[in-house]
Amino acid sequence: MRLGLVIDLDVCVGCHACAIACKEWNASGTIGPLSDYQPYGAEPSGVWFNRIRHFEMDVYPNNKTVNFPMSCMHCEDADCVTVCPTGASYKRPEDGIVLIDQDKCMGCNYCSWACPYGARELDRSSGTMKKCTLCVDRIYDQELPVEERQPACVLTCPAHARMFGDFDDPDSAVSRTVRERSGYPLMPELNYNPTNQYLPSRRMPVIPVDTKPKGGLKAGIKQFANKLVRR
Amino acid sequence: MHPAFSVIFFTVASGAGFGLFSLLFLADMFKLGGGFSQGQLVVGGLIAMGLVVFGLLASTFHLANPKNAWRAFSRFRTSWLSREGVFAVVFMPLALIYLASIMFDAPLWLRGTFGFLTAVLAWITVFSTGMIYACLKTIRQWNTPLVPANYLALGYASGSLLLLLGAVVAGLDTTPFIAMSALIIAIAAVLKAIYYFWIRSPGLTPTINTATGLTRAKVKLLDTGHTHGTFLTQEFGFRIARQQAGLFKVIVFVVGFALPGLMLVWVFNQQGGQAAAIIAVVAGLAGAAVERWLFFAEARHVVNLYHGAQRC
Repeated sequence: MRLGLVIDLDVCVGCHACAIACKEWNASGTIGPLSDYQPYGAEPSGVWFNRIRHFEMDVYPNNKTVNFPMSCMHCEDADCVTVCPTGASYKRPEDGIVLIDQDKCMGCNYCSWACPYGARELDRSSGTMKKCTLCVDRIYDQELPVEERQPACVLTCPAHARMFGDFDDPDSAVSRTVRERSGYPLMPELNYNPTNQYLPSRRMPVIPVDTKPKGGLKAGIKQFANKLVRR
Repeated sequence: MHPAFSVIFFTVASGAGFGLFSLLFLADMFKLGGGFSQGQLVVGGLIAMGLVVFGLLASTFHLANPKNAWRAFSRFRTSWLSREGVFAVVFMPLALIYLASIMFDAPLWLRGTFGFLTAVLAWITVFSTGMIYACLKTIRQWNTPLVPANYLALGYASGSLLLLLGAVVAGLDTTPFIAMSALIIAIAAVLKAIYYFWIRSPGLTPTINTATGLTRAKVKLLDTGHTHGTFLTQEFGFRIARQQAGLFKVIVFVVGFALPGLMLVWVFNQQGGQAAAIIAVVAGLAGAAVERWLFFAEARHVVNLYHGAQRC
């Protein structure tokens, strides 16, 4: 098995709900708590497994905002695991999930240097490195209904921009979607072989927008008045 | 990269210690400058080992959870950090046996064998220190064979200056020590110059386009998604202005290479005596520390592409 996520950049609305759900679930999960520093202070900061960045593609009038959720990619060739001197960082052979043994980690930060995706964050209160567990404490939980055995971020996404599944199975929903929608990994040139895949925006025709000022007496008076009246 | 002072301290001190020990072995074997006495060799060896231990202890100060530091010896097969720790620890007993064989007048073959093994291990340890950084594909400025070469050259340059000071204090003929030091400093300066020249050109590196996969158009960051700094911005966000970096490079070359070189001339002409040798050591170590600080400050991790950098 090679478990991972597919993130649909065409659908993601950038609401950060996945990050909140992740924090909520994992604060009491296997690697928890996820410490916050000054959560209500002037400089709030803390540990998150999932962060959403917002990018703009191309320039006006062809520009498009792309919301970009990022968590651990659970790479096939994960350098964060091989560089770890203590053996705290490991990749599970049975499902490919990369985890950190909190009892072994000495907090040297070396694995975070090896990760190009910024998936690993040091928890200052425990002194150990923490990262996305792919909700390993959810997806195998026999107590939960089958449809809820998914990572918290996937379950909560209101736009259904996230999918969870097995990439080793060519007929799984994630494998099929990646095939059909030309899913791609991030920074493939570093050869980490990330498991998580991103679906590109669908190419839609540009909607024509009239950017020229309207002519006519009424518009002219309006413009003149706008220039006169200082806001 | 955020320059952590404990790591700068560690690499400079242990590099000098390993360099000093290896060169001390050479001085012992070839009786450089008339040869150190047994007592002088042992004291020199202990000072070198002291620098190494001091450096290793300093390195544990940057750990967030040092109680697990002993586990760092367990991943010798994959991790350069683990290898460095193992080699540094194996170095200690071998070095002690070598010093003991000097002290108790052991047969020359025993002294030579253990001295050679210790010197080789010192070399391997400094090489491993360099490889900790050079093996990271995420930092272009580090991912080059020049990095372990620089670590070795600077470690041995500092070590050779310490050895010269020892020779001056012991009243030996300083000429062979000056020649050795001049050669190593020249090699270190040339390697550093090549490195600084090399990291100037961007090369083929990840860009904001490959980092996001949005390769058909110009991409820019609108929002990082966090209110204040994160672990990632604190660890990797450090930036140094190009002009400031240039100034530091001048300091590295003037203080780290030119000044010790000038002091070598003074020592050779019997001017200044011990003071000149001490200035050479202090300048060499200070130069190495500035070089190490700049090594971190100039490194740009690819995660910065997700925080607004167009390329790294």
